[in-house]
Amino acid sequence: MNKTPMYRSLLAAAALVVGAGAVHAQGNAALDGIAKYREMLQDGNPADLFEMKGEELWKQKRGPKNASLEQCDLGKGPGVVQGAFVELPRFFKDTGKVMDLETRLIHCMVTLQGFAEADLYKAAPSIGRGEGANLVALTTYVTATSKGLRFNLPQTTAQEKTMYEVGKRLFFQRGGPHDFACSSCHGVDGGRIRLQELPNLTKNPGDGVGVAAWPAYRVSNAQMWTMQKRLNDCYRQQRFPEPKFGSDATIALAVYMGVNAKGAESIVPAIKR
Amino acid sequence: MADPMRIRAALAGDETTVRVLMSHPMETGTRKDAAGATIPAHFIKDVEATHNGKSVLKAMFSGSVSQNPFLSFKFKGAAKGDKVTVKWTDNKGASRTDEATIA
Repeated sequence: MNKTPMYRSLLAAAALVVGAGAVHAQGNAALDGIAKYREMLQDGNPADLFEMKGEELWKQKRGPKNASLEQCDLGKGPGVVQGAFVELPRFFKDTGKVMDLETRLIHCMVTLQGFAEADLYKAAPSIGRGEGANLVALTTYVTATSKGLRFNLPQTTAQEKTMYEVGKRLFFQRGGPHDFACSSCHGVDGGRIRLQELPNLTKNPGDGVGVAAWPAYRVSNAQMWTMQKRLNDCYRQQRFPEPKFGSDATIALAVYMGVNAKGAESIVPAIKR
Repeated sequence: MADPMRIRAALAGDETTVRVLMSHPMETGTRKDAAGATIPAHFIKDVEATHNGKSVLKAMFSGSVSQNPFLSFKFKGAAKGDKVTVKWTDNKGASRTDEATIA
């Protein structure tokens, strides 16, 4: 039989269907193996070290004003740390903006400790050194105090509601050289890239998934990743230009995902392969 | 002093399980940085755990142990409330000692 283009594509389609079926059967065993591996990793999660460092930094007098961050208002009142993470991002009256944990921490480092805002935003993407590393540690500490609590982002102000809608638009907006959107990977149930399951972030993905899983320690590159880093890398993986640290786009997406995840239990700080 | 270790010790029956997470870069000395220069070796060489002054574990690490080493071990003869001390020394001569109470 002549290998016409039609025949070829039919053959390819058939192979794909058969292949996908076989992979699914193997995939479950592989996923179980990965789940066991992750369970083993939980013991001695290096994220604990970042959490300890963050707690130290929270209480330490630093910056030109030689003050600690203990009066920082993360949305539940000055100094209230536990429970703050699961209600962020939220609207803050003093800045008139919807802010996530990391931008709010920078705000406190500026107002309470006297650091220069531009310097902190410049240092933030370098998560391995300097103030960037300190920010990661602080974020890990604050989020760890909300471990076990359930997400409950406020949607009471116009700004918060707008950010949710902006986040939703951004989530489904296709672009970049691959014409990807967040939804390309995270808009369906049961999605997977190679051996990495992809949660459906258009709804509550379950306990300890999505917003409830970051910051996490990534064993593969020995780094502590916060949500800002995770979003930045998602854009990089889609071959989009990477978003600025703490940009409105990243906060809008965090609001969209966070509100969708209402009720999901936080397991942060988590560990990822 | 270097960053603190996180030590957890729990008694179950007559066995105490100690879990230690050490903060250390554990550079092998064979990696090269972005400029091409070799990153010097910097790793923990000796670890010792003691209970009531008696040594319960001695270990010799090398560059083959990964960053932020995690060590878990068991020993007998301890009671709740006792202290377990862990000390590490690295190839640069720095050391760190931390202790934990057995829960």
